[in-house]
Amino acid sequence: MIRYAAGRVLAGVPVLWVVATLTFALLRFLPGGPFDKEKTLPPEILRNLERRYALDGTLAEQYADYLGRLVRGDLGPSYKYVGRDVSDILADALPVSVELGLLALAIALGGGIALGLAAGTRRDSALDRIVGIATLVGVSAPSFVIGAGLILGVGLELDWLPAGLWEGPRYAILPALTLAALPLAYIAQLTRAQVITVMHQDYVRTARAKGVPEGRVRRHHVLRNALLAVLTYFGPLLAILLTGSFVVEKIYAIPGLGRFFVTAVTNRDYPLVLGVTLVYAALVVAANLAVDLLYAWLDPRIRVGGAER
Amino acid sequence: MTTSRATAALGALVIAGLVGLALAGDRVAGYRFDAQDSAHALESPSRAHWLGTDALGRDQLARLAEGARVSLLIAIGATTLALAIGLGYGLLAGWLGGRVDGAMMRAVDVVYALPDVLVIVLLIEILQATLLGVPDVARRVAALVAALGFVGWIGIARLVRALVLQAREETWVEAARALGLRDRRILLRHVLPNIAGPILVAAAFQIPAAILAESTLSFIGLGIQPPFSSWGTLASDGFEAMRSYPHLIFFPCLAILLALIGFHLLGETLRASLDPRRRA
Repeated sequence: MIRYAAGRVLAGVPVLWVVATLTFALLRFLPGGPFDKEKTLPPEILRNLERRYALDGTLAEQYADYLGRLVRGDLGPSYKYVGRDVSDILADALPVSVELGLLALAIALGGGIALGLAAGTRRDSALDRIVGIATLVGVSAPSFVIGAGLILGVGLELDWLPAGLWEGPRYAILPALTLAALPLAYIAQLTRAQVITVMHQDYVRTARAKGVPEGRVRRHHVLRNALLAVLTYFGPLLAILLTGSFVVEKIYAIPGLGRFFVTAVTNRDYPLVLGVTLVYAALVVAANLAVDLLYAWLDPRIRVGGAER
Repeated sequence: MTTSRATAALGALVIAGLVGLALAGDRVAGYRFDAQDSAHALESPSRAHWLGTDALGRDQLARLAEGARVSLLIAIGATTLALAIGLGYGLLAGWLGGRVDGAMMRAVDVVYALPDVLVIVLLIEILQATLLGVPDVARRVAALVAALGFVGWIGIARLVRALVLQAREETWVEAARALGLRDRRILLRHVLPNIAGPILVAAAFQIPAAILAESTLSFIGLGIQPPFSSWGTLASDGFEAMRSYPHLIFFPCLAILLALIGFHLLGETLRASLDPRRRA
């Protein structure tokens, strides 16, 4: 198992390399450069700036230079935020996004599985219908619609929670709910459909016939098998939480990582774009690995790496 | 069964209404979408202005109808593009198989590993700068269609390829080969019609995904710019002053929500009728 995990981590390295290379290339397709201002800079100053940031060589030289520093863990200086390294910016912004993302993940998983289980085990009941309508709205609504509703309703009219900024746990609740809404609804739909399928499986009938109490059947057989489907969704879910955060962070004025996806590109802040993208790609690779390992743990039929044959 | 038929009808009704709104454009309101009237700025809904007016006195219904045109045009354009690329790529990879398929799928994996947001933002910036000499709004629409289509084709290509791989092992393909039919004919006349159902379902779900992406991009200021509007632009304008003038954010959000729910219902209906396994 450990050997398999280590192999997978190593396999992630080429993926990151390809992502870095592609992003590097795409960035250079962009018209304009990082030092284009409304007022054109004198050529000598521009030359000095380009030398300072190692932009004066050929593209190949710049690429080799970037990769060389990347291997040593140096993401380079930001062009826009003068005097700050990309790693510093990431170190400030990443924890905020991760905290928001994990909170949203917990809400989406907890709420989605609970709703899906409740609806699936009571098929065609009033509760099932209500969950059906609510989740349809949930998977449809853009996060800014949910966000506007929550800010206006809970934040401003009722004045229960702060609607904006990032100054403590209370400030995280509305953004996390906004971010969690779509995955929560989707997980609920997924769990419900899966629960309905699993309830008709032979092993559930066998368990019931053996006289296993209904509560145990649901916990042990139904829930566990239904969770496998949710797990498959974990990779895309993480991507949604990561990229979805750029709208939520904007709506609630949260100093996270999401905004850099847009601003760093508009500013032509190449190192910052690359840094943010690599962090994103690394998280996705890590999440997919975690999913595969969890699979094996949940489903004894799957044994990764052929360890138990 | 009755409930699913009712929801299908509801979805169709909502979509028909929004498409009608888009076709009619600002004529439904009786005002031009960009006509400013400072004497009647920021009015709440009234008989003269059914959905109220914005900060420049523009009629909100006229802007919403104009936005319907832009939003639906982009969504349909992006979906068509995604379907065209995905279908061609998937058919080719699945049919050729072997090493070609492997290489083509690795390329897909690489594109998939790039964050969507980044790809979209980059493509929009690149296209905006290349399409000089085209009116601004057309350029932005084209950039959005291209960017969203480019993000959307991956999923369709994977699906098509998997379906082709499955179908080519079927006995009727073997029979067609035995009859001496050429590859192209087998692929287009026999395989494609047989796998069209799931592809159609996937394409149907691309439409709401594109509407969602477009409105989100316009909401954060990367999409359509005033005086033109998409639903996302209107929602973004309304967001700034939503406490004082809630009607400015309510109606665009409602339009987006209805469109997304409508297209999701349409997709579900298609899936239910095309996929026998899903029939309850």
